[in-house]
Amino acid sequence: MSVLDHRPLGPAELLVRGAHVLDPRTGIDAPQDVLIRGGEIAEIGAPGSLEAPAGAEVLDGAARHLLPGFVDPHVHLRTPGQEHKEDLDSGTRAAAAGGFVAVVAMPNTDPTVDSAPVLRSLRDAARREARVPVGFMASVTRGLAGEQLTEMHELRASGALGFTDDGKPVHRAGILRMALQYQRLAGGVIALHEEDPTLSGTGVMHEGTVSARLGLTGIPSVSESTLIARDAALARYEEGRIHIQHLSARESVEAIAEAKARGVRISCEASPHHLTMTDEALLEALDTRRKMNPPLRAEADRQALIAGLRDGTIDCIATDHAPHAREEKEVPFEQAPMGTTGLETAFAAVYTDLVLPGVLPLALVVEKLSAGAALMGLPTPRIAVGEPANVCLVDLDAEWEVGEHGYESRSENCCFAGRRLQGRVLATLAAGGVAYRERSFALSAA
Amino acid sequence: MRHLLSIEDLDRAAIERILDRARSFTEVSEREIKKVPALRGRRVLNLFYEASTRTRSSFELAAKSLSADVINFVSSGSSVEKGESLKDTVQTLSAYQPDLIVIRSPHVGAANLVAGWTTAGVVNAGDGKHEHPTQALLDVHTLLQRFDKLDGLSIWIVGDVLHSRVARSDILAFTKLGARVTVCGPPTLIPRGIAEALGCDVEYTLDRLGEADVVYALRMQHERMSGSFVPSLREYASVYQIDGRRLGARQVLMHPGPVNRGVELAAEVIDSPQAMIGRQVAAGVVVRMAVLYELLAGRGAPSPQAVSSYPAPQPA
Repeated sequence: MSVLDHRPLGPAELLVRGAHVLDPRTGIDAPQDVLIRGGEIAEIGAPGSLEAPAGAEVLDGAARHLLPGFVDPHVHLRTPGQEHKEDLDSGTRAAAAGGFVAVVAMPNTDPTVDSAPVLRSLRDAARREARVPVGFMASVTRGLAGEQLTEMHELRASGALGFTDDGKPVHRAGILRMALQYQRLAGGVIALHEEDPTLSGTGVMHEGTVSARLGLTGIPSVSESTLIARDAALARYEEGRIHIQHLSARESVEAIAEAKARGVRISCEASPHHLTMTDEALLEALDTRRKMNPPLRAEADRQALIAGLRDGTIDCIATDHAPHAREEKEVPFEQAPMGTTGLETAFAAVYTDLVLPGVLPLALVVEKLSAGAALMGLPTPRIAVGEPANVCLVDLDAEWEVGEHGYESRSENCCFAGRRLQGRVLATLAAGGVAYRERSFALSAA
Repeated sequence: MRHLLSIEDLDRAAIERILDRARSFTEVSEREIKKVPALRGRRVLNLFYEASTRTRSSFELAAKSLSADVINFVSSGSSVEKGESLKDTVQTLSAYQPDLIVIRSPHVGAANLVAGWTTAGVVNAGDGKHEHPTQALLDVHTLLQRFDKLDGLSIWIVGDVLHSRVARSDILAFTKLGARVTVCGPPTLIPRGIAEALGCDVEYTLDRLGEADVVYALRMQHERMSGSFVPSLREYASVYQIDGRRLGARQVLMHPGPVNRGVELAAEVIDSPQAMIGRQVAAGVVVRMAVLYELLAGRGAPSPQAVSSYPAPQPA
């Protein structure tokens, strides 16, 4: 039984003609024709060698790239309970527009996804509304209160991918230890938002020279790294499997590297905004869209994240897509909720700021944008014959301004708003069906 | 200049121009009829989201001395208590066509936000722990009554720098005018990175206080002391209180008020001839007159213009 849910899409019948196919996992890196029949990759051949069957659509891939679809292990779809920020339809539309073919939704909703009935009704809704497959995490503790474990076994049996109290740390070491013990029965990764509340306190941004200048209370980087070190030690002791969410600080990269060197079963993610922006952005404009948790940190932190991605300390890129309504963000910085949207801009932001200047190779970025799948126990999209069509077609030369035509997400709190980015997703095929076509991108029948 | 949101909006020449005008307004305050018609027919809106005695009253007095009409809006007892957002309040009050809004808020960047939501000019009268630019101007004005210039002066700012918007604006203003600023206080109340951020020196003891030409003591902010930043006020006073032993005869003493007698300052120095605290208060009115004049005089009514769209950027 699949643990991913989406509404049925007609299986695609189409030929992508002459796109540069890049899949670092299969080693393919050349212009190819790719034929998709019945939602599966049926044939891959030299450009011009494949014919579109009757009735199949043809996508002109010339000067475009066909990539394995991205998988985001960390998004907030705000459903149930906060549908004014995002719902399953809008959130997965945003995902598809960003080239994502699967997303993993966090359980910090209202009510919390902390019981099998809530999870089951959410999965039912996803089967009606989701444009791309969605997997759901359940919370580690009931109501995210940090005190009592959820029924992890039953939740897993009902389809929970894993467990997280994301938005909050599991503050009590003893509770996390029990969750790690119980993981032996229930299975599923335990994903951790690492932050010591006694260190982050009432902080609203990174603690450093910028916070000193602005008079804003800082969140020190050691708030994150100290808890990572604690939890890595617990995971090692209990031989548990943990995944560290949204790494932001240099010290955290060091803590992960040390844990991996000791053989801890630990993986981690970094977000496009932490890889491309720093707290200096708040000096340019104290814009609440640039307020998120963990906060944008200093340049040395950003460089450490990039190095960690390059050397494998950081396993994948995850957006932490966190929509908030306009009126919630249209307040003084200190009062605004934490979070930025990110699904629609993830690829373009990383491509523009890291690939184009030659900091990271395109193949590495493509690999990291889907590496979250395996970490969550999901199949990894591959461009190979016999695989379901989970691909996106991108124009690496297309320039666009973030937000100029609005967003697919219900919310507009994107930290990249107003930026000119390069690299546009033109079409996304998820689980064998066409999940997204860029407005200006016409499909022509063969 | 349309707004005064940060000392960084002003270069040295602008500071000197405003303070020259403040000196010319001093004469007005000494007249029997303490009023000139410079801003007749202009509307100034005081929007105060935090308790304030001297800042609000001096802005009001400054506006009235220039013949402007003043509306005072305080958050308690208003629609704010009914849950109205800052944006809605500003847009509602903007319907009264103010020429200038003076805002005090507990939140960093509030004045910048307001500037994006109204066509009126905006003066930051204190935004959280960020800045209080008119306080810095009146502090410079006060110092220039004692010194010809600030160039080369050593100014020590002592106390709770972490929670002080006055410290941030003062450091910027004093260094712009050539002074060398040292901040001194308990390590828990000196923000990490401040030396690099604001170009000042940092000391944790008063051992070298004798080097200072000016000692600027900050208020120990009880109302902001939610964490236990110092083990006790008694210990704080024993290490950092400016008293008759520590204050040299040639040193000038300043404080933004209100003073905690016996905490950051001993009674004997408050009442000493070196203390310029009363002069700072008096300077408040003339300096704020000069700021209002700078922003409003000789300027037509603000033209309606597009206010920034969501979310108003808050240039820091």
